[in-house]
Amino acid sequence: MSIISVRHVSKAFGKHVVLNDVSLEIEEGKTLVVIGPSGTGKSVLLKHIVGLLKPDKGDVYFDGQCINSLSPRELAATRTHFGFLFQMGALFDSLTNAENVGFPLVEHTKKTPEEIRKIVLEKLAMVGLPNVGNKMPAELSGGQRKRVALARAIAMDPKVILYDEPTTGLDPIRSDVINELILKLQREINVTSIVVTHDMISATKVANRIVMLQGGTLHFDGTAEEIRHSPDPDVQRFVQGRASEEELASLEAK
Amino acid sequence: MPISLIENVGRRTNNTLAVFGDFFTFCGQVFTWLVATFFRGKTWRQVLPQMYDVGVRSVPVIAVTGAFIGMVMAIESYTQFKSIGQEERMGSIINLSVVKQIGPVLAAVMLAGRIGGALTAELGTMNVTEQLDALRVMGADPIGYLVVPRFIACVLLTPILTIYSDILGVLGGYLVAVKGFGIPAAPYWAFSDHAIDTWQVMEGIWKSIFFGAAIGMISCYKGFTCGSGASGVGRACTESFVNSFLTIMVMNFFFAKLLHDLYEAIYGVRSVFS
Repeated sequence: MSIISVRHVSKAFGKHVVLNDVSLEIEEGKTLVVIGPSGTGKSVLLKHIVGLLKPDKGDVYFDGQCINSLSPRELAATRTHFGFLFQMGALFDSLTNAENVGFPLVEHTKKTPEEIRKIVLEKLAMVGLPNVGNKMPAELSGGQRKRVALARAIAMDPKVILYDEPTTGLDPIRSDVINELILKLQREINVTSIVVTHDMISATKVANRIVMLQGGTLHFDGTAEEIRHSPDPDVQRFVQGRASEEELASLEAK
Repeated sequence: MPISLIENVGRRTNNTLAVFGDFFTFCGQVFTWLVATFFRGKTWRQVLPQMYDVGVRSVPVIAVTGAFIGMVMAIESYTQFKSIGQEERMGSIINLSVVKQIGPVLAAVMLAGRIGGALTAELGTMNVTEQLDALRVMGADPIGYLVVPRFIACVLLTPILTIYSDILGVLGGYLVAVKGFGIPAAPYWAFSDHAIDTWQVMEGIWKSIFFGAAIGMISCYKGFTCGSGASGVGRACTESFVNSFLTIMVMNFFFAKLLHDLYEAIYGVRSVFS
C-alpha cells in the first residue's frame, strides 16, 4: 500500500525545467532510494513531498491528503509525520544537541521537560551518541552532526523519513554507520524512508527499490539487483561512476 | 536602441516593485504571526534572550555615541553663542538637538549597524545552511519562531536605548559646556528647560519605536532572502545596514515634518530665543 503518491509533478525554476511529469508511488515501510546526476531534481522532489515546494503541475499525496493544497496550519500538522535529514544536518547552532533533538517535541507536544529529556536520551542512544546532549553542534564531527540530526528527525516517531544525501562528505566507515542506522530504523520502527544519494554503495545497501532521475524524468525504476544488470548505458555509467565520451571530450577541448 | 532602453527600464521597475511586494508580504506575515503569538508564553521566552542581545549588548556603543554627540554639539556651538554673548543659552540648542533629532537618529543608525547586521548574518546563515527549511519541516514557522521575537525586541528596546542615549547626550553636553567652558549651571539648565517640553522628548522616543520596527523588519527580511554562500550573507548584511540607514533618514524627515506641523497646530510657534 502506498503512503506517498507523486502524480504527474512538474516544476521549473525560471526557464529551467527540473521535474517533468514525474509520477511515483512509495510503499509504506519500504526504503526508496532516488539516484541521478547532480541537478536532476532529486532534492527538489524531496522538498515537494514535504511541502517545502509546490509543484507547477501535478499533486503530491500523503496518506490520501493532497500536500500541495493544504493550508499552512494543516501542512504544519502533517509535517509532524515526517522526519527530514538535511544534507549538512541543519542543526540549530544556538541550541545544544539535546535541545535540537527535543525541539519538535517542545513545539508539537504537551510533554513535560522530564518526558522530553527521556525521549531525547533514547533517540540519541538509538543513533549511538548518548553522551553528546549537552554539547553544541559545532563541537561535533560531520558524521556525529548527521547522527544527531537523524535523532532529531525521528524524535516525533515519524511515519516517513526523508534523507537528503545522508552520506555526502563522510568517510566510508562513517557512511556505513549512517547506512546501518537507516536499516535499523526501518527494522525497529518500520518507518518509510526516501533516500536521495549519489553513493551507489549506500543505495544498494539500504534500498528496497531504486529510481533514477535524469533530465527531470524517471529513467529507471527497479531493485538493487535489477539496476546492477540494467542494459541501459546511462544507468550503467551512473552505477559504475563512468564519464561519457562527450564529458571526456569536453576536458580535451581548448 | 530605444526599445532596449525601455525594456531595461521596464525590467528594473518590475524587479524593484517585485522586491517591494515581497517585503510588504513579509511584513504582513510578521504582523499576522505577531498577533497570533503575542500572548503566548513561548514567544516571550524567546524574546528575553533577544532583548539581551539587542539591548544589553548595545549599551556600550549607545553610551559612547550619545555622550559624544552631546560633547561635540557643545564644542561646536560654544564659539557661535559666545560671539553673540549668549553662551548661557547653549543648553537649549544642545539638548533640543540631542533629544529631538540627533540622539534618536544616531542611536537608530548605530543599532542598524550593530543589531541589523547581526540579525541578518544570523538569519542569513540559518537560511543558507537549511536551518530555516528544517524549522518548516518540523512544523514551526520561521517567521513566528525567529522573526517575531527579534522584531518585538527591536521595537521595545530601540526607544529605551534612545532614552539612554538622550540622557548621556545631555550629560555629555553638560560636562563640556558647564565643566569644560565654565558656563554657569543654573542658567544652562533653565534655558534648556525653557526650550524643551515633554512633546520634544516624546517626539524622539516616538520616532525611535518606528526606527526599531524598520531595523527589525529590514534586517530579518534580508536574512530570509539572502543569496547562497558566504558572499550572499555578506551582501545581505551590507544591504540590510544601507536600507535600514536610508529608511531611518527618510522616516525621520517625514516624522519631523508631521510632528512639527502638528505641534504648531496645537501649541503655536515656540522659540528657543524668546
